[in-house]
Amino acid sequence: MATLRAKLAPYALVLPAGLWLLLFFVVPMVAMLSLSLQQGDLLEGYQQTWHWRTYTDAISTYDKQIIRSLEYGLITTVAQVVLAFPIGYYIAFKAGRNKSTYLFILLLPFFVSFVLRTISWQFILTDDGMVLSRLKHWGLVAENFHILGTPTAVVFGLTYNYLPFMVLPIYVALERIDPRLMEAARDLYANPVQVFGRVVFPLALPGVFAGVLMTFVPASADYVNSTVLGSSSTTMIGNVVQFQYLSSQNYPTASALSFALMAILLVGIFVYARILGTEDVMTVAAR
Amino acid sequence: MTDVAPRTTLSTLDPDDVPTPEPQARRHRRATGRRAERALFVYTWLVIAWLCTPIAVMIMFGFNNTQGRYNTVWNGFTLKWYGRLFDIPALSDAIINSLILAVLDMLIAGALGTMLGLALGKYRFRGQGVTNLVMFATISSPELVMGASLLSFFVTLGVGLGMVTILIAHVMFSISFVAVIVRSRVITLDPNLEEAARDLGANPFTTFWLVTFPMIFPAVLSGGLLAFALSIDDFVITQFNSGTTITFPLWIWGATRLGLPPQVNVMGTLIFAVGLVIAVANAVVARRRARR
Amino acid sequence: MKDRSVDPAFLRGVTQRRLSRRDMLRISGLSAATMAFAAACGVKGQGTPAVTAAPDFWADKTKHGTLNFANWPLYMDTDNKPELTKFTQETGITVNYQEVIEDDPSWFAKVQPQLAAHQSIGYDLQVITNGWEFTQFKQLGYLAPLDHTKLTNFTANADPVYTQSSYDPGNVFSVPWASGMTGIAYDPDKTGRPITKLADLWDPAFKGKVGMMSDAQEIANFGLLKLGIDPKSSTPADWQRAADELQRQKDLGVVRKYYDQGYADALSNGEIWVTMAWSGDILQLNISNGTNLQFVVPEEGGTLWTDNMTIPVTADNPVDAMMLLDFFYRPDIAASLAEYIGYVTPVPGAKALIQKDADDADNADDRDYFETLVDSPLVFPDEATLAKLYRYVEFATSDLHQQFTAVFEPITLT
Repeated sequence: MATLRAKLAPYALVLPAGLWLLLFFVVPMVAMLSLSLQQGDLLEGYQQTWHWRTYTDAISTYDKQIIRSLEYGLITTVAQVVLAFPIGYYIAFKAGRNKSTYLFILLLPFFVSFVLRTISWQFILTDDGMVLSRLKHWGLVAENFHILGTPTAVVFGLTYNYLPFMVLPIYVALERIDPRLMEAARDLYANPVQVFGRVVFPLALPGVFAGVLMTFVPASADYVNSTVLGSSSTTMIGNVVQFQYLSSQNYPTASALSFALMAILLVGIFVYARILGTEDVMTVAAR
Repeated sequence: MTDVAPRTTLSTLDPDDVPTPEPQARRHRRATGRRAERALFVYTWLVIAWLCTPIAVMIMFGFNNTQGRYNTVWNGFTLKWYGRLFDIPALSDAIINSLILAVLDMLIAGALGTMLGLALGKYRFRGQGVTNLVMFATISSPELVMGASLLSFFVTLGVGLGMVTILIAHVMFSISFVAVIVRSRVITLDPNLEEAARDLGANPFTTFWLVTFPMIFPAVLSGGLLAFALSIDDFVITQFNSGTTITFPLWIWGATRLGLPPQVNVMGTLIFAVGLVIAVANAVVARRRARR
Repeated sequence: MKDRSVDPAFLRGVTQRRLSRRDMLRISGLSAATMAFAAACGVKGQGTPAVTAAPDFWADKTKHGTLNFANWPLYMDTDNKPELTKFTQETGITVNYQEVIEDDPSWFAKVQPQLAAHQSIGYDLQVITNGWEFTQFKQLGYLAPLDHTKLTNFTANADPVYTQSSYDPGNVFSVPWASGMTGIAYDPDKTGRPITKLADLWDPAFKGKVGMMSDAQEIANFGLLKLGIDPKSSTPADWQRAADELQRQKDLGVVRKYYDQGYADALSNGEIWVTMAWSGDILQLNISNGTNLQFVVPEEGGTLWTDNMTIPVTADNPVDAMMLLDFFYRPDIAASLAEYIGYVTPVPGAKALIQKDADDADNADDRDYFETLVDSPLVFPDEATLAKLYRYVEFATSDLHQQFTAVFEPITLT
């Protein structure tokens, strides 16, 4: 009796959460797939017709936005690797006792709402705001120069908003490196560049990959930065999906785009999970 | 599979066989090393400053003595907005909605996630891989897709949108975070303690309440606070599933057209301050506990 | 030279097929279940529900003393709310006024799931433009039939033309809140010359300084009118031509952004110089900011629309809503509102009251302001102005509407 209870214990513990995730994560994905293949309108209702053409139509109409989103996501990710690596390096190796303090300060801005942070940047970067008005006054930029509404502003916002997701995994990976390895390399007459290139960076790669995963995916699917900091020439696929769901109410097209986007990103996620395992990402989430 | 990866180790070189470099080369290297370190230090703080810029601006303009509708030009320092925090009824309603959702999310996701984390950390069971995969998917999936799929689901079912659907969504994405945090703590637990309790005749419930739970409590609390933060901050998934209900981030989004009132800055500052205090308290307690 | 070669065993493990028969069974079972579930899914059609006769709807409704009013921004003096204050004084009903409507499609999309589930949307009164969304609200049975026994002020004071509208003849579901015009607003200091034509919005001299609206119905009208096509008789082929013209404008690089509400801000802070605009917004902006922005109805034509008060069928406080609805048809209240918002009031009697305010004004500024209002064709349109104004494109079927949006959406979204 006791062993039966012991055997059932894990299942009993998993059941409520598992049921919740099944019902409100897995099933909705199927519902979305199903909706994307339906046709109809609000008056008559939507019928399941296995209308696969919705996918080809939607993707060809909005191919520019899809490519643009992947582009922005890529640029953002690369910029973040470059920005985050030195910080991760510094905190992991040079910060000594203050490691957790640094991490804390780094994460501090993210206690403020995402929307509020982005709108704050819009305020700072507005045409006649604190930054641009000074620059124009000193003649450093043209009178009608503007940052808002350009792809640069959107990528800037994306890079800013998702930076900790890059710093943390890199830091975790770097922290695991035994400093004696670097010392050994130095003792073998390796100059600092070689130490970095042949010892540190390769060992940090799993962290970089984890960071890329946790940054590229949400950045490509983002629409808040594009709406607040961009213009209609920076429309991303996220904007299109949001518009189709919450304005046009064109549910089939909206679901098709959303599902296609998820498929593209999920392929990457699962390949990643297969090769590199889920541990790195889960550990970072735990932090 | 453990969570703590083993440190990468040295190869089998004998220290005596390795020649040491000349003293001058070593000094030069130490000097450049220090310069590099200082450069990194400056760089890190520059980035931190950059990260904090919008926060600083937000906090600052909560003290702006603005006269008109727009809070755009600095007009002198004042504390008056802190007293007139609830002047805008719709905004107050929105922040109350957000708080209610966050508390409920903390409790529900906290409970469900703890149980899940416990199971994943202590036991091996069929379906563990699938559970892991689903959790991984909820953590790494883009919010847009999760929000859209939930909306598709609710539309198909024909249920209306409101606080209930928002709560369902929030709990859904919070569970995995709580579970991961609890699991990483459970793995480090000493199984002998539980075994000792059982040997002393405790039934599973008592064992859990008196032995396991106190030990994992910091993780449970951490997870709960994370769920709270995630919920109060969430925008994308909420926008898809809220209908006409308005939460704090949604209110801000809608109000940007007409200019944000200083109350928004004040509320943002307060939430930030509370989060700061809790995080610091958490760290202090953890440090004290570790020292003990 | 990479020293880190991949362990061959690892490589085998990653690339080899590892599906056992049990896995295949599991996967096929899951796929079958998913497909079955997907096939069974469908969103129920709303159909065209029979309209509840007005007496039946109102039979069991009582006054509650509170009211939630959803409206567009810049449609009331929200700092003082004089009309609402007076209403509360006279009836004891407190009004919760929210400017939550940004544009019709997003408002409809927001409330539709709740209305379809027979849930309250949290508002008892909502203001909707006469367009496709209004038609959908009506057809799907989301609007409550008005209680004409309570519409004493409306019957007495409203302009008769509003009782025979094409979109709601007999005012079964709605009464107008205000009418307005879509035209061109510009900052004469920045443009250096007066703007009079739609073609000016295409002028390369204003590169990056032009604002357009994001609402498909609005830009479609401007595109059609620029090509000399009457929206009322336009065909899908015409829509495509208009869309091409709008795309040409976009390719020229003149458009800074497609706004839903923010064009007024952008114009006043110099982000844009010329923009599509709604008539009353500019008037209010000039008053509150002291700017000198100009508004014109373009030579080729502009759009005339009517925003209407409606009561959602699931409203919690419909009786209170009815009372407020009729309250705004009292000439003094209508005049007070028109004086602030600068839009076309459905109560002709307000003109005389505004004239009286002009005569009684104690300083020159106020008197000028009221006189401007009385004389303005934007607030009390004359025949000449009305001749230049056209309504939105109307759609006989949902298919045509989908075609329409498919043609114009890529312009604002790309």
